[in-house]
Amino acid sequence: MAINTNIEETSPELERLKKLYADKGFVVTSINNLINWARTGSLHWMTFGLACCAVEMMHVGTPRYDVERFGAAPRASPRHADVLIVAGTLTNKMAAALRKAYDQMPEPRYVISMGSCANGGGYYHYSYSVVRGCDRIIPVDVYVPGCPPTAEGLLYGLLQLQKKIRREGNIKR
Amino acid sequence: MSEQIEMAKAAIEKNCRLNDIDVNLGQLQLSVEPANLIQVIDFVKNDQSCEFKQITDIAGVDFPENEKRFEVIYHFLSFGFNLRLRVKTQISESESLPSITSIFPAANWFEREAFDMYGITFTDHPDLRRILTDYGFEGYPLRKDFPLTGNVEIRYDEIDKKIVHEPVKLQQDFRNFDIQSPWEGTKYLDKEAKESE
Repeated sequence: MAINTNIEETSPELERLKKLYADKGFVVTSINNLINWARTGSLHWMTFGLACCAVEMMHVGTPRYDVERFGAAPRASPRHADVLIVAGTLTNKMAAALRKAYDQMPEPRYVISMGSCANGGGYYHYSYSVVRGCDRIIPVDVYVPGCPPTAEGLLYGLLQLQKKIRREGNIKR
Repeated sequence: MSEQIEMAKAAIEKNCRLNDIDVNLGQLQLSVEPANLIQVIDFVKNDQSCEFKQITDIAGVDFPENEKRFEVIYHFLSFGFNLRLRVKTQISESESLPSITSIFPAANWFEREAFDMYGITFTDHPDLRRILTDYGFEGYPLRKDFPLTGNVEIRYDEIDKKIVHEPVKLQQDFRNFDIQSPWEGTKYLDKEAKESE
């Protein structure tokens, strides 16, 4: 795409344009800002509830914590989702299914690993049937600690992910 | 209730070939030879004074030091008399038990689980394959000689684009922390008690 993504946001030219259109019903901003605003404001999450963490993930969706005010809504299909929340113990038998779900997600895609089990095996680290961290199967953006993390913890993780997207996100990949 | 236990016990004692019969904490417990298993289970299901119509579970236990290594315990429930029953039997590693799926169809998956976890085989089972462990899993994880962490671990290979199995390589070995846990039983309290005496 032939868009200059390296425009300086404090250039005098931009300031002049901003001033010119400020009271005429237009907003002047860089395409990067626009894309980041759109991406961070509609992080639809794919529910990958595997254990008790899934219950806390449900709480995040309820009106008390109301994650939808950040534009995040639960999606049942990975093809609709922007972020995958791995909530719970990932077993060897489930690993292939997790990878399959991740592979179906459209770019740009993000992964939140929720709870001790998904982060590094947790309580089941020495088990014969559990993957020692879901980052052995898919790349992870944000790790949320806890066993299980509180709903606030997950919400904070989501905000951290928004921060990360804002920091590095642009139209180039 | 004790009356019903006595009735059921008398009927079983009269009609079955048992190694042992016992009432423990209000529950009947039988010990039988594998050869008599089908006859005993068929009897306790259909007899008028037993009516153990539901199978609750089939459990396996591994005693590596015993000559007959595995103990298989069948749990039954009688709705009619509000009773529970345990039937125990022992087999060695090379023997196999008769399947009771012809009497209790629900035993199908329980027997598959026992096969999966202990490698206990059941003759005449309609579909004896693994039920819980990973596809292509090797070994029987609840045997005492199976290592806790298993033999293989998995990861996704970015080059081959598939999940690969590799021998277990732990970053940190399993450690049995000797801390004073109330569940393990504290040793320092015993010492203090001795000193004060």
